[in-house]
Amino acid sequence: MERDEISAIIGEIMCDVFDLEELKYDDALSADDIEEWDSLSHIRFIVSIEKRFGLVFSSAEIEHLQNVGEMVDAVKQKLSK
Amino acid sequence: MARPDSAFSLSWLPAPPDNVRAIVRALKGSAAFDAKAFRGLALTDLDVNQLESVSRALSVFEGESEKSGLAPFKLAIAASHTMEMASKTLPATALRHALHLKVHCASYGQAAQQLLEQGSDLARARPDAVLLAFDRHSLGLDRARLDNLQAETAIEEALGVIASLVAACHRNVGAPAIVQTLVPPQESLFGSFDASIAGSVRAMTIEFNAKLARRLRDGPDAVFDVAHLAAIVGLQQWQAPRLWYDAKIPFAVEAIALYNDHLCRILAALRGLARKCLVLDLDNTLWGGVIGDDGLEGIRIGQGCGTGEAFLAIQAMALELRQRGILLAVSSKNDEPNARLPFYHHAEMLLRETHFSVFQANWDDKASNLVTIARTLNIGTEALVFLDDNPAEREQVRQSLPEVAVPEVGDNPSEYVRTLMQAGYFEALAFAEEDRRRADMYGANLERSAFRQQAGDLAEYLRSLEMVCTIVPFDDAGRSRIAQLINKSNQFNLTTRRRTEAEVQAIACDPGKLALQIRLADRFGDNGMICIVIFDRLGDLWHCDTWLMSCRVLGRRVEEAVLAHVAKIARAAGVGRLTGEYIPSAKNALVRDHFAKLGFVLINALPDGTTHWELELAHYTSPDLPIKVAAAMPAHG
Repeated sequence: MERDEISAIIGEIMCDVFDLEELKYDDALSADDIEEWDSLSHIRFIVSIEKRFGLVFSSAEIEHLQNVGEMVDAVKQKLSK
Repeated sequence: MARPDSAFSLSWLPAPPDNVRAIVRALKGSAAFDAKAFRGLALTDLDVNQLESVSRALSVFEGESEKSGLAPFKLAIAASHTMEMASKTLPATALRHALHLKVHCASYGQAAQQLLEQGSDLARARPDAVLLAFDRHSLGLDRARLDNLQAETAIEEALGVIASLVAACHRNVGAPAIVQTLVPPQESLFGSFDASIAGSVRAMTIEFNAKLARRLRDGPDAVFDVAHLAAIVGLQQWQAPRLWYDAKIPFAVEAIALYNDHLCRILAALRGLARKCLVLDLDNTLWGGVIGDDGLEGIRIGQGCGTGEAFLAIQAMALELRQRGILLAVSSKNDEPNARLPFYHHAEMLLRETHFSVFQANWDDKASNLVTIARTLNIGTEALVFLDDNPAEREQVRQSLPEVAVPEVGDNPSEYVRTLMQAGYFEALAFAEEDRRRADMYGANLERSAFRQQAGDLAEYLRSLEMVCTIVPFDDAGRSRIAQLINKSNQFNLTTRRRTEAEVQAIACDPGKLALQIRLADRFGDNGMICIVIFDRLGDLWHCDTWLMSCRVLGRRVEEAVLAHVAKIARAAGVGRLTGEYIPSAKNALVRDHFAKLGFVLINALPDGTTHWELELAHYTSPDLPIKVAAAMPAHG
């Protein structure tokens, strides 16, 4: 799957998970930019991504992600394995 | 998130609309609280993200949702793990169960202290119930004990912890507890032999759960069988080790929707909102084929073919529900003689006509028939569950009567039993003698109403019933049924004050109160306990705190017999006046004029509709009634 395609899907998931009316997707987006993004909704975010792409992360693979772009990369890497 | 056919789906609910996000946005933005639209959304299989978003939208209408016919409920959660995921999504699930829910979560790690400490935040929140969500780690049952005695001690200690927290709920919070069972681990230490080792985690968990359920069975508290819920989903899917290690979330995030639904069933049952009657279609629901076209020989029912056995299983399930007190009714588009044919003449049928409290076979629309059924049984349409194989009929009923539960059973009869029973419409907290006999009592009720049509003159009819009313003070034998009536009666209930069994017991012992339980029997059978009154003895006036009655015996002049009896006791005690109050609720308009009809005088009316009433006993004479009263005087009389 192309990177753009993955980030578009993750943008959709973010709207569902963080209850956003609209989202200007940017790789640099992080919990600092979105009010509803807290430790708990973060877990729903991860699980929603896992379901959507049919993959499972380990704690180590996700605990150091700094922004959405890194999440997109993590998904892309997992999918290409 | 969950696929429709996944183990996490609420398969009895229709799929949510495609544009949930847009609908929620519109609902949130509208000026008034659109209860119907909110409820319609909640009645679909929403995932955890959607539940949270609907819950958030609901919070915008904080004050208003209470006035919309939803039953308010305050739930406190005391847990040994993270429960925020549930507490943030529960309000939307609760809406599905006609509840307006507020959740108070004890802060993480503070659960036990908050319960045991008097005047804690949790106690001050005055919840209607406290959920005790403790996992096996917190109760010392997460490691094997390879010594039988140690295993037994560990189980008893864990039960002791729970017992002290339950006692704290009663003493410090004044609310019943809902206690979760423990989910056994997926992993075995020995393999199958774990089942034979008393101290394996699996064996200890199972033993703990069995003892917990037995010990809580007869009290005011409820068991929330999470172990069974996890088994339904499958432990492999239920357990999510990463979530546990990362965030102390006890199970897979996708299981939240199911967990919430199972919990809300218990809350609704505590509020008396569990369903009471199963209405069944006939063709392709109770048997395969169409009786009017295929005839007696053509329909498929009974042993020998898979389809016939699937329909037999549906009948067996209906029969079992009837035995535990759920009423059965038929609503079928058929000519009546055709519809009745299999019940008389098909040897394989398990269900017979006598099992049904109402039998509607005609060509009217199903919604109208359901209204007739509810009216005939003297229950609300919100107490009905409607099982029909035809998606068009299901949709018509959902649209005209959204309060009726309509399981989305699909088109495969092999799945009907599973789908209907997984929906949990008939959640019960107790099983009393009254439940065992209910279906028969309703049967007698229908004979009464047929008899009434013949009897013509009402006074004549009432006399012919040969009614005997038994009025006695609260006692231990009646306590459970008294609490059940106090918590379930909605329509004929002057003040809608709910009480736990412990409170009922306290009232029974209180010399400052006159608390009476009333039973009614007649020539057709025993109606059981049907009425409760509680008066406060305030010197020379007695004030009516509670007056409620089962609608089954409406129009039988029981109220007048009860007042005559109370007046007699009051006079004997030198009391001059009785007072009463009516507090309006969403459901009790039926008794707005209760005191006026009994001859009380209005002394005060508040803007919220509450009214106060007074009866000078000097001006009261008891009427001539068609009811014989058999009474025992109260001990404190």
